[in-house]
Amino acid sequence: MSDNDNLKSISHEDGQPLLQIQDLHVWYELKRFGFGHAGYVRAVDGVSFDLKQGEAMACVGESGCGKSSLMKTILGLNRPTKGDIAFDGGQLTEMQDEALRLYRAKIGYIQQDPYGALATFMTVQRILEEPLIINGIKDKKERLRRIYKVLEEVKMTPVEEFLQKFPHMLSGGQQQRVVIARAMIMEPKLLVADEPVSMLDASVRVEILRLLRKLQETHNLAVIYITHDLSTVRYFSEYIFVMYAGEIVEFAKMEDLLKDPKHPYTLALLDASSDPDAGNALVMREVPPGEPPSLVNPPTGCRFNPRCSKMIAGVCDVKRPPDFVVAPGHRVACWLYDAEDHHVP
Amino acid sequence: MTDKSNELLVVKGLRLHFKTERGAVQAVDSVDFELPRTKATVILGESGCGKSSMAKAMLRLLPRNVDKYDGEVLLDGQDIMKLNNEAFRKEIRWKKISMVPQAAMNALNPVMRIGDQVAEPAMIHLGLSKKDALSQALRLFELVGVPSDFLHRYAFELSGGMRQRAALAMSLVTLPDLVILDEPTSALDVLTQAGIMNLMKRVKNEMETSFILITHDIATSSELADNVAVMYAGQIVEVSDAHRFFTGPLHPYSKKLMASVPRLRETVEPDFIIGQPPSLLNPPTGCRFADRCPARFEKCSQEPPTVIQDDRKVKCWLYV
Repeated sequence: MSDNDNLKSISHEDGQPLLQIQDLHVWYELKRFGFGHAGYVRAVDGVSFDLKQGEAMACVGESGCGKSSLMKTILGLNRPTKGDIAFDGGQLTEMQDEALRLYRAKIGYIQQDPYGALATFMTVQRILEEPLIINGIKDKKERLRRIYKVLEEVKMTPVEEFLQKFPHMLSGGQQQRVVIARAMIMEPKLLVADEPVSMLDASVRVEILRLLRKLQETHNLAVIYITHDLSTVRYFSEYIFVMYAGEIVEFAKMEDLLKDPKHPYTLALLDASSDPDAGNALVMREVPPGEPPSLVNPPTGCRFNPRCSKMIAGVCDVKRPPDFVVAPGHRVACWLYDAEDHHVP
Repeated sequence: MTDKSNELLVVKGLRLHFKTERGAVQAVDSVDFELPRTKATVILGESGCGKSSMAKAMLRLLPRNVDKYDGEVLLDGQDIMKLNNEAFRKEIRWKKISMVPQAAMNALNPVMRIGDQVAEPAMIHLGLSKKDALSQALRLFELVGVPSDFLHRYAFELSGGMRQRAALAMSLVTLPDLVILDEPTSALDVLTQAGIMNLMKRVKNEMETSFILITHDIATSSELADNVAVMYAGQIVEVSDAHRFFTGPLHPYSKKLMASVPRLRETVEPDFIIGQPPSLLNPPTGCRFADRCPARFEKCSQEPPTVIQDDRKVKCWLYV
């Protein structure tokens, strides 16, 4: 994104942000026959945003839009190809071994599929003990004290009943609570939640979302909530950004984006998400044709242009759109908003 | 649901229990419902409520550990439960009822061309020649929006949405009266999901096929539903037309379930249901939802009757 300055003024009017992502690129190299260079998969291509302590930010996008690569880079599992991540005063690219381990301990990660994320042969106690052991807490009593505390916090009570259970003995909701407990046990400053409720039943979903919200408030956590389901973001985050093909196409306060979406892709996403209503069966939904582009050879100009109904020939397919600020705190990477008064043509 | 001849499928007292080491799992327990011709019925329920088992029971796709399997399934007035296995395979499966199982798009044969796979049921069950079957497959590819040159591709060359469309084309290639779709869109992206839903609406209108759509996704289910059946702990607790169901469900479980759906366009705070569904090993006597129900009273310890109220069915003591 071209104007980082804009963004900075958006998400932190005051105070130093906890997490600062600057022009982040994550490219994966493609090899030909195992060694020759054959191009790059541009999974994340120039993403910037700031996140303050105590803020929740939703990241919305379809599979393959680069949101998982972005998340893995924030977790310190990928190295950025270009750009940097500043977290709590340190720069990710400068960190090595020990510093990187400390960095990772400050970030909690909640996986999408709770059952897949928990080792089947470990008891709940062992699962929660693992990060404590790795991070050098040698006192067994202290470890157990922390496990009790965190399990009580995720409302797995009475704790004794769950400690010796294996993941398969728990319901989906309880498994997800264990995953959340594990993410919380090192008392992180930032939580990265990757579709934390998409594998759960409707009746449990809201319970888990409320739990996350409560944890966020009591610990003043920063949270990145990754999802493809727009209907749950309303209950969770203050800010939201929409990713398409490795880029952020729209960034706004959550209510602003839901009330007044600007980017044609955001509009399409909102249009395609349904609320339960019998009238839905009578209408056809408008869906942009085609599929997200390959990230090896993304389209020139705006990456959404081949699917966009409002495409301006000679503009959208030629030049990559910069961010246009359409309202305070609301920026859109779309040529439609390239006007003095930011009026839709 | 008044004109009897208008009903394609009538299910009466369908039961499917599984044997396990710890006793019988009552996955489907005395289920009754009707399916009108050319309509789509959505079967809503949470995981483990027996909705997939019910679909398999209708198609007699049973595992080995069946304990009890009985009831009536009337298709066009014929009780297909009375057919022997061979007759069922020849006459019913694929020809009359086909199914898109859960995650079908990941179950396509990786070493067979998509076109051959889609055409295969037509060759085996309708006795078409390969050429005719392929042209039938091509016709369906056009209907479901898969480019015709995909006939010669392999599954790994297709995106998730395209593979799901191909699976749908395969279920339609024998021109069945009824297609059972088990969670057809749950692994797909929002836009792909909307595209598939559009497609199914079109297929329903153009081919006059009936659908049973099994899902836990209430919002998406409203895209296709003419009727809704809600399942809880192996039983159907409510059957209603979609319009009245989505505006005002009757059963306390349906109400709670609807309230738990996060809304995109409204600001109501969603609710959740306290507790967990009962084990199907030893389901409680009486109403199975009673433990979690905010409206329970003394009578709920007895098995609730199914009450018919303005053409809607609800299995709850509140409506007696």
